Amino acid sequence: MDLRAKLALLADAAKYDASCASSGTEKRDSRAGGLGSTEGMGICHAYAPDGRCISLLKVLLTNACVFDCAYCINRATSNVPRARFTVAELVKLTLAFYRRNYIEGLFLSSGIIRSPDYTIEQLIRVARTLREEHGFLGYIHLKTIPEAAPELLAEAGRWADRLSINVELPQVASLKRLAPEKDLPAIGGAMQQLSSRIAEAREAKRTARRAAPPRFAPAGQSTQMIVGADDSDDRSILGKGAELYEKYGLRRVYYSGYSPIPEASSLLPPAPPPLLREHRLYQADWLLRFYGFGTEEILSGGEGGMLDLEIDPKLAWALKHRAVFPVDINAAPRELLLRVPGLGARNVDRILAARQEGRVRLADLARLRVPLRKVAPFLLAPDHRAAPGLLDSPRLRAMLTAPAGLGAQARPRQLSLFP
Amino acid sequence: MTRGQPGPPEDAAGTREGGEAGGAGAGRAAPETFTVLLPSYADFAAWRAAARKLLAAAIPPEAVEWRTPEDPPGLFTGPPPPDAVGPPLAVPRDFVEMAELAVRHADRERFALLHSLLWDARARPGLLRTPTEPRMARLGAMARAVRRDAHKMHAFLRFREIDTAEGPRSVAWFEPEHHIVEAEAGFFVRRFAILRWSILTPRRCAHWDGAALAFTLGARRADAPAEDAAEDLWRTYFASIFNPARLKPDAMRAEMPKKYWRNLPEAEVIPELMKGAEGRVRAMLGQQPKAPGRRQKPGAK
Ligand code: SF4
Repeated sequence: MDLRAKLALLADAAKYDASCASSGTEKRDSRAGGLGSTEGMGICHAYAPDGRCISLLKVLLTNACVFDCAYCINRATSNVPRARFTVAELVKLTLAFYRRNYIEGLFLSSGIIRSPDYTIEQLIRVARTLREEHGFLGYIHLKTIPEAAPELLAEAGRWADRLSINVELPQVASLKRLAPEKDLPAIGGAMQQLSSRIAEAREAKRTARRAAPPRFAPAGQSTQMIVGADDSDDRSILGKGAELYEKYGLRRVYYSGYSPIPEASSLLPPAPPPLLREHRLYQADWLLRFYGFGTEEILSGGEGGMLDLEIDPKLAWALKHRAVFPVDINAAPRELLLRVPGLGARNVDRILAARQEGRVRLADLARLRVPLRKVAPFLLAPDHRAAPGLLDSPRLRAMLTAPAGLGAQARPRQLSLFP
Repeated sequence: MTRGQPGPPEDAAGTREGGEAGGAGAGRAAPETFTVLLPSYADFAAWRAAARKLLAAAIPPEAVEWRTPEDPPGLFTGPPPPDAVGPPLAVPRDFVEMAELAVRHADRERFALLHSLLWDARARPGLLRTPTEPRMARLGAMARAVRRDAHKMHAFLRFREIDTAEGPRSVAWFEPEHHIVEAEAGFFVRRFAILRWSILTPRRCAHWDGAALAFTLGARRADAPAEDAAEDLWRTYFASIFNPARLKPDAMRAEMPKKYWRNLPEAEVIPELMKGAEGRVRAMLGQQPKAPGRRQKPGAK
């Protein structure tokens, strides 16, 4: 198989992993030698027609696998053609793409061949060759295998910026059914190992006097859960996510809506979950991490352990907690402003800055490009008071979800919000 | 420059705008227009030095025309402003950062906007900390636009490698919206110090020879190489990493607007990927689920 055919196959097989981040690592640059730089912020070098960011060359070393995870196109019993990159091919491809500014670096994963140790050794060889022989300073993310020996995990972290182990499914029972060879306790054990090594390296760096201490995955670890391949509800997914953030200090939990694959197994649902479900989970995850919400609070916006698909989780929460509103834009503390639907953290900080200099009006928010239609019912400002009864009206939800921007059609509705 | 104002903070209402600041101290014969010619289109240091002088001489924004060598010649050129020395200006750090970005904006009013903010800030120092004030909001929008343009340059610039007498050289053609080539060249030095490269744009070109940066005047698209051997592999990657079951072209276009496509080698396969997506998904959803291990004849759909 020629290089191009391999690339097509092994990129195709890697696309079900949602992670593509290239951010949050140490700063490096090539002025003292080497090739590449990382400046903290990730860069999306392209976007595919699925709207996803392309930041890294995301491929598998091989799509051959001895495991048989039902949701995976590479499982042992799937009939896809198999291929394998050589270490030299992967190194060459990464460098060629990097030099042309197509990518931030490499995200390398693999099916399990021979043994977990053997497989991860191959991944390590690619990363080590890039770093040692080619002075590569770009971003490297290695998918690790929980069953691999601790020394190998340690070496992976020396070359990689980020390591990840996918938990895939939030419930032990579904993992047993769909990924019989995977072992949740082993995954937890490996995450624990990574987490303590990451913390150690960070501490060593903080207290280092002279020579740089050995590095270990400076961009931390992440994981992925598949959404919609089993019957787990949003409560168990978000709960698992919260547990992982807490226990292992993960940088990110990715949610990947189960996507139909060619050669699908009969154990899987025939149709994918709505793409919106994944989106709502990301929004909820964000609110948990940066907006001071608790898991149960967010879930209280939906019904029966599922988030509301139709509206974003903050709005859903607000509509079920209307007594909290309206919030006085000139008096409310930061935590409360953060709970106003349509107000993002950055604009909350701008409002707080503006408050130091005078009273903030609704007209000022328009200049910050805040969606007025959405925030207005929940805010009190010197130039604005929502229509009496609006906040308690059963019609509020319908008004807020009506499609905006339909020109004349939408306008009368909008006006009724600003009497 | 002064646009429709919202109500200023009540306590400042009596002291803003108006004559008390406007050149009263300088004792000059009114109305005169000065021309400030900056040495380059995005020279922050030169702008700052000029603004300091203007404030020291109490010359109001309405009396200044800002010009750079890149602007079309004006109908009228006034005298340069008189030299004056004033105390250094204390302004918030955030404002300086925004101003540094905003001077790279293509908007010809950028220098005058900044001047008018500094002018009014003398009577109302809080102005520069009020992101909701209309001119501050405009400044914020300009800074954001420049930052976004820089991100897009970091992201969407593509090098093509050519052989030259001195060895390989990487050459890119890029069309920034704002005057960012000088400011962003450093990013490419930090990343590609080991290569020799040129970034060609319509207004300025940057060249790195492995040791030093040089800037030259603008170039044309045809001056850059037309292809590169790696692009075929890159398109293959782009096509393969795309998941047809999740077609979201609007999300793609929001982040990678069409105006960039003509300089992105991968963009040429987008239409065909979008056209083929539906059929590929139908084939996957319509297929018989596989009992483990049994092979279905390929191409049976
Ligand atoms: S271990 Fe499971 S998920 Fe990973 S490649 Fe093999 S079959 Fe796929």
